Amino acid sequence: MSVDAEAVSTPSPLREFWFHFSENKGAVAGLCVIVLLAVVALFADVIAPHGAAQQYRDALLRPPVWQAGGDPRFLLGTDAVGRDILSRLIHGTRFSLMIGAIVVTLSSSVGILLGLSAAFLKGFAETLVMRAMDVILSVPSILLALVVVAILGPGLVNAMIAVAVVYVPHFTRLTRASALSELPREYVTSARIAGASPLRLMFVTVLPNCMPPLIVQATLGFSAAVLDAAALGFLGMGAQPPTPEWGTMLAEAREFILRAWWVVTMPGLAILITVLAFNLMGDGLRDALDPKLKRS
Amino acid sequence: MLRFIISRLGHLLPTFFGLTLVSFAFIRLVPGDPIEVMAGERGVAPERHARLMAELGFDRPLWEQYLSYLGDLLQGDLGRSLITKQPVSSEFLTLFPATMELAFCAMLFAIVIGLPAGVLAAAKRGSPFDHGIMAAALTGYSMPIFWWGLLLIVLFSGTLGWTPVSGRISFLYFVQPVTGFLLIDTLLSGQPGAFRSAVAHLILPAIVVGTIPLAVIARQTRSAMLEVLSEDYVRTARAKGLPPSRVIGLHALRNALIPVVTVIGLQVGTLFAGAILTETIFAWPGVGKWLLDSISRRDYPSVQGGLLLIALIIMLVNLLVDLLYGVLNPRIRHVR
Repeated sequence: MSVDAEAVSTPSPLREFWFHFSENKGAVAGLCVIVLLAVVALFADVIAPHGAAQQYRDALLRPPVWQAGGDPRFLLGTDAVGRDILSRLIHGTRFSLMIGAIVVTLSSSVGILLGLSAAFLKGFAETLVMRAMDVILSVPSILLALVVVAILGPGLVNAMIAVAVVYVPHFTRLTRASALSELPREYVTSARIAGASPLRLMFVTVLPNCMPPLIVQATLGFSAAVLDAAALGFLGMGAQPPTPEWGTMLAEAREFILRAWWVVTMPGLAILITVLAFNLMGDGLRDALDPKLKRS
Repeated sequence: MLRFIISRLGHLLPTFFGLTLVSFAFIRLVPGDPIEVMAGERGVAPERHARLMAELGFDRPLWEQYLSYLGDLLQGDLGRSLITKQPVSSEFLTLFPATMELAFCAMLFAIVIGLPAGVLAAAKRGSPFDHGIMAAALTGYSMPIFWWGLLLIVLFSGTLGWTPVSGRISFLYFVQPVTGFLLIDTLLSGQPGAFRSAVAHLILPAIVVGTIPLAVIARQTRSAMLEVLSEDYVRTARAKGLPPSRVIGLHALRNALIPVVTVIGLQVGTLFAGAILTETIFAWPGVGKWLLDSISRRDYPSVQGGLLLIALIIMLVNLLVDLLYGVLNPRIRHVR
């Protein structure tokens, strides 16, 4: 009898989630790459064969090791001032993951706060918040980020703030929509009757039930943030040289584009792999977390 | 339908006024007051500063300044560039055809490849072809296009020598501007060499700008097709014995296109974002490069005007798409 009961009992939410998530091979691959990137970022000082700013004057623009003229000391070659590209990429992982994490934390906290306020306050406050979000959304993300940087001045921190501003509306809209669909539910009404304060209703009762789409958005927002911050770096408006940020590395490499393909190819490949991994995982998370799309 | 149009416009107006507020605030948020900003590094003497502040109305209350800014806007006056002293609107309009030509060709590239790719992927669901297309689409969607542009230059301009590296046309040709669209103007000028040169210059930038829309269109087409293909009427058409090409190409595609049209419309923002990066890489003389140059030269009135105009264009295109959507799908008119 107890065996039967065990057999029909529903699996824990986490296990169910993992079951659906692991069905998507791409998503698992994405997750593995992200874990790998995190490890590389954490242990960059140990893993990187050279310092990020260390220059080898005897080895300028050395091609990767597999090409004629390559040097086994520099697996992916060196740049125009003799810095090891692999080491710079490894150190750059820190910046990219940090940018993604900070941008997503900033934009999701502000977005969730605004979205919950809009859903709970209703009326004029809601209209004001949502119209403001419409205005932000009507400008292309990179253009808005550029304008914010034009006000704040170029630099890594300002670039992160700029990109965070751009992604606030996505979180606000999602939070408001999910909160509005949760508000008429019975558990919310009963919490209200039980005397829960508005803040408790917002953050303890309603918010946890709005999380799945927000988690998906956070993952996809992470990749978009990495991409936009790299674009700002590339345009000279983000991290400034000699920071080993990938977009900034690409900008520095531009003038050698026809002479040394590797200085251009490698940083871009790093950006692509990171963004792709987060997008793959985001797709998988959406399949696993969104009950409407869940395959029966 | 009229009511539908009016309600859409009603949604648009607050956003437009919000945008004017943002662009009005922009020049006042930049560190230093507007006169200092305009004077730039040269600086300005205190008495001249005070006189200019009064002359240009910066000493009036903010709401008065905003109203007069709004009044100027409605008359098409976006201010003057600090560098060239030309009206911002005329600078924008001179460069806009170049961006539009690029965006139009990029969209054409994205649709011509993305639509069939999405349809075929849906028709062959689960096949290696489907997986290949979807993997390529996700890669395209994740692409840092500024890097993609550089890679294409390395390959096609550097290694193969097939295409020029930058610009819109070879210096060998002079083409009288008629429409501003070089592909048309070179044809009108009757110089086949000039037309070929314009096409060669356009190919790589168009591919770069079109890459993300292409990926989005392919993904959206596939999922819209999959949804439609599982509907009853498609099964009926199949049961009648119609050939698969007819079922997919005619019955299914027509309905699947409705969401795809919306997505195509929503790509206008992506096209502009792409144009800023791509025009910079290929030295394409359009509004994207102009805007970025204006930002780095601290030409704030140009940035202010360009921001407003680009957002306005995107809003209008989205409105058009909304209306088109209402025409294509009559249900939507009554729901809202």
